Amino acid sequence: MTNRIVLPGDVVAEGRFRIGENVYRLGNKIIASRVGLARIEKGVVSVIALHSFYMPQKGDTVIGIIEDIGITNWSVDINSPYVAVLPATSIFKRNFDPVKHDLKSELDIGDVIIAEILQFDRTIDPILGFKSREHGKVKDGLVVEMTPSKIPRLIGRKASMLNMIQKKTGCKLFIGQNGRVLIHSQDKAMIDLVVKVIRRIEREAHVSGLTDRISKMLDEGMERRTK
Amino acid sequence: MTESEVRLIDEKGLRVDGRRPDELRPITFKIGVLENANGSAYIEQGKCKIIAAVYGPHEVHPRHLSMPHRAVLRCRYHMAPFSVPDRRKSPAPTRREIELSKVIREALEPIIFTELYPRTAIDIFIEVLQADGGTRCAGLTVASLALADAGIPLRGLVAACAAGKVDGKIVLDLNDVEDKEGEADLPVAYIPALNKILLLQMDGILSASEFKEAINLALEGCKRIHSLQVEALRNRYISMEG
Repeated sequence: MTNRIVLPGDVVAEGRFRIGENVYRLGNKIIASRVGLARIEKGVVSVIALHSFYMPQKGDTVIGIIEDIGITNWSVDINSPYVAVLPATSIFKRNFDPVKHDLKSELDIGDVIIAEILQFDRTIDPILGFKSREHGKVKDGLVVEMTPSKIPRLIGRKASMLNMIQKKTGCKLFIGQNGRVLIHSQDKAMIDLVVKVIRRIEREAHVSGLTDRISKMLDEGMERRTK
Repeated sequence: MTESEVRLIDEKGLRVDGRRPDELRPITFKIGVLENANGSAYIEQGKCKIIAAVYGPHEVHPRHLSMPHRAVLRCRYHMAPFSVPDRRKSPAPTRREIELSKVIREALEPIIFTELYPRTAIDIFIEVLQADGGTRCAGLTVASLALADAGIPLRGLVAACAAGKVDGKIVLDLNDVEDKEGEADLPVAYIPALNKILLLQMDGILSASEFKEAINLALEGCKRIHSLQVEALRNRYISMEG
């Protein structure tokens, strides 16, 4: 694993490789299109962006905020260039009747939801749906935003980072693929600590030894509290 | 004072601001200067001070402007009323500013992967806070850094620089006096990654051989500016490691 920072226009590799994300081919060269960390794995060249925005993908679980109420659907801000659509049938099921049912009574503007992206391509806006028990309206907690490309660092290898944060602070975290994190806890001080940790991960995701630094930060934060 | 009395190059071969003919004005960059923009950058090139902000890709308003196959790029080049010595510059976009917005947009359009984001818009705002010649080039240079900061996929960074003819000599990076009193001005925007010219304009008269000399000098200037851009962008992320 190389940890070289590349800029748009920098040559990442030359020769016969496959194209990963945030790179493009020019003749024999493979060139970065975003600021990020160059990575060559199994013959695939890619750049992990240091700063990006969320592009919807079918199957992703996202945290959305209701933006507008229509006659048969809600418009949902999912922190991406495209506004998502949540059909009324996802709550009222098959017997939905726009005359009988009041959408506003179920989800109002500003409400937070957890949902899955059922459909998305170049021609249609993302369509959301509730598929599992976790999905639906969020009743409490704090939502924090971070750069979506750094979400994997917050989770860590085999969820190591996420588990460590949850175990040490006692908070429950729910991570949306769209760069939004929902933090549950009764303890406000712990929520503040988790927010600080998330900000630091966002800032230092590209510097090695992240887990150790975060572990130390959490310990220090807990110590200060017990004093 | 008649035009011929203005000495733009002195006996030692130095220009009005003491530069050598092939010398750039001192350049400094700041990246990520605006909290609310998706990407932003600031440049000081000699006395020029320009800020660029990038928003998007986001939904297009009004809706009918959106394109089904690619993102719409919108660009606004604007000079602040206090950016020039003349106190009467109107804040409304002038003919010149509208044209420069178009020219800058067309220079940046081919370097952005707009086809990846259909039905969206990318907005670029270039605000000239203080002008002293060469603002379209400096504006392009700083806009490409703001685009990179916004995380928008680019084919490469764009560097732009003018060359021109002053007192019979070919010089690099003209300032306001040299632009107005000189014989010719040749702004060039260049993408080093693809080795292509994105913008080429000329004001004044140059012979064929002078034109060649000037364009080579301008490209040389662009390359120097590019290395400064790279350094600025890299430092932003390396400084975070500390």
